[in-house]
Amino acid sequence: MVVASRKAAYHHKDGEMTETLVKKNMSASRTSAVPNYRGQQVELGRETVGNVRCANPFMVAENVNVFYGDNHAIKDVTLEIGKKEVIALIGPSGCGKSTFLRCLNRMNDSIESARVTGNISLDGRDIYDKTLDPVVLRARVGMVFQKPNPFPKSIYDNVAYGPRIHGLAGDRAELDDIVHRSLERAGLLKEVKDRLDDPGTSLSGGQQQRLCIARTIAVNPEVILMDEPCSALDPIATARIEDLMDELCEDYAIVIVTHSMQQAARVSRRVAYFHLGYLVEVDDTDKVFTNPHHKLTEDYITGRIG
Amino acid sequence: MPNQMTSRARVEAGLSRRKRKEKIFRASGLLATAIGILFLGIFFSTLVAKGASAFVQTYLLLDVELTAETIAPGGELDLEYADFDGLVRTALRNNFPELSGRNDRRELNRLLSVGAGFQVRDLVVANPDLIGTTQEIWVPAASNVDMLMKGNIDATVDESLRNLSDRQIRWIDTLDQAGRVDLRLNKALFTNGDSREPELAGIRGAMMGSFFMLVVTIALAFPVGVAAAIYLEEFAPKNRWSDLVEVNINNLAAVPSIVFGLLGLAVFINWMGLPRSAPLVGGLVLALLTLPVIIIASRAAIKAVPPSIREAALGLGASKMQVVFHHVMPLAMPGMLTGAIIGMSRALGESAPLLMIGMIAFIVDVPGGFTDPATALPVQIYLWADSPERAFAERTSAAIIVLLAFLLLMNLAAVILRRRMERRW
Repeated sequence: MVVASRKAAYHHKDGEMTETLVKKNMSASRTSAVPNYRGQQVELGRETVGNVRCANPFMVAENVNVFYGDNHAIKDVTLEIGKKEVIALIGPSGCGKSTFLRCLNRMNDSIESARVTGNISLDGRDIYDKTLDPVVLRARVGMVFQKPNPFPKSIYDNVAYGPRIHGLAGDRAELDDIVHRSLERAGLLKEVKDRLDDPGTSLSGGQQQRLCIARTIAVNPEVILMDEPCSALDPIATARIEDLMDELCEDYAIVIVTHSMQQAARVSRRVAYFHLGYLVEVDDTDKVFTNPHHKLTEDYITGRIG
Repeated sequence: MPNQMTSRARVEAGLSRRKRKEKIFRASGLLATAIGILFLGIFFSTLVAKGASAFVQTYLLLDVELTAETIAPGGELDLEYADFDGLVRTALRNNFPELSGRNDRRELNRLLSVGAGFQVRDLVVANPDLIGTTQEIWVPAASNVDMLMKGNIDATVDESLRNLSDRQIRWIDTLDQAGRVDLRLNKALFTNGDSREPELAGIRGAMMGSFFMLVVTIALAFPVGVAAAIYLEEFAPKNRWSDLVEVNINNLAAVPSIVFGLLGLAVFINWMGLPRSAPLVGGLVLALLTLPVIIIASRAAIKAVPPSIREAALGLGASKMQVVFHHVMPLAMPGMLTGAIIGMSRALGESAPLLMIGMIAFIVDVPGGFTDPATALPVQIYLWADSPERAFAERTSAAIIVLLAFLLLMNLAAVILRRRMERRW
């Protein structure tokens, strides 16, 4: 009996199990209770705790719902992302934080069964408007992925790809300039300036991720989405990326999904906690980590899972 | 619930059984490989043993008097009346002055190939100033002589059981002792079209036919196959219809090839009125045949491109088309080309569908274009294997060696292409 219950608890941490829980709670309204990671029922509350609004909103998500076929992955999420602020999305696996992130630059479009309702606007313009080309949106809202994914091309071509397809550079000199400045901003120029023609895949993992960041900022986006950008990196490379984020937030709004609460605490100004597709709590980072208002947030932060 | 001690004991008890199983599995794998290699070895060695002799051919050295009154009565070379056969026969007869009767002469003439006169004619046409001189010329011997020289005719059996009489064998021995018989490189095999005379039969016609067919096949099947694969993998919605298409493509790859021949006969020849026996029609049929192979290989290559590359490009704002043409296609190209080349080598070895569209005809002329009547290498092999003359047996093997050499070359090209273009990520 003891063995059985321990097993159940273990499986609650598992993404798979959480997903089945999401399914079960599909029809659940916000007023009913949801299980926390130990399986205990916790009252969710009628609204997101804390403050979903911010002073200088740039991207605004209102009542966003996402369905993957029958699976209701994001439930009625409202969140504002400010200009040049770093906001961290945290929560256990399968809670929908990556899904929400991918809504912000319509990367879910390529998943056929995905359906998004509600309203997301960028600088006052609905990004799901039929007349808006996702190409334009993704040039403004760049993305860095979990696993470094440089193109199997040279370092130069990796960074130059975005400016090339969008026609940002008038001539070769201008393109050179964009590439150099992007690598510089990503803190990679010193390491690679003598081997720009080497394949991007020849770099180390941390360098590759910085290359991906350079590639993203070469297009001059206004928002950068980062989906667990350090989960495949060692602590030293992670520290470099975090330093980089500190610098980048002078120019860009950054939305980062992370499993590391220490990282969220270090880099972000605001934190949003997701649970089973619900946005449970949003507030300034120090408030959430020192004094969480919601029971689920507190459980998660003190439980240190994920 | 076993404790740690019993668990360990059980693990150790089962260990020898596990090891034995592994040993048996390894041994059977080794045995299977050995059997495969053995059969391959037998196949190749018999093929080479039988076919190698076809690459040489018996020639007779004759002093041919190119008398002006026979071939150029009016002072000008007159191809219509010039009797080159007569010149060659006279030259041969000069070696045997004791022969006089008509029957003797006829029997002696049978040692010569009908191509001997043509060879002398070609020589004179190329060098008209040779008229009036006597030239030492190597002319092809009849295939029976060739078979005797290669040891395929047993001189010890009764005269009635072989194609050469005792006297003919004696004459050949006489010529041989005079140094006038020799095995020389069989150029005719590579420069001539098909012939009823084995010593004059070559595979050039079939090779050109196969070449023209493959040009049509690759020009049609590769772009269409790749385009279909890209559409199905990257653009087509995943629903019941695309499933149906996928199942049908997979089934199409398994359809017996002769059915494609029937389709070609009905559609291309009877309905569209394209010429029979033409490499164009053969190429069209083979394109249909290889299309599913190319589509399946290309789809597999596209599927193997990591989705992270697509996401990276999409995330930068590349359109779907740009993702496909800038990233997916270059990365999938080695696989696609390999698929195409393997499809091509299958098409090269295919004979059944060609039978249905008339490419099995006996065609002597080397085809010069896509609509000229032609055969293909595998069909030529079948035609020769079906011929009664003893000398065609070795030519069949020689043609198989040539076909296999081409297949090997194509597969080698596929390997090299894959090696050179493969990129790592």
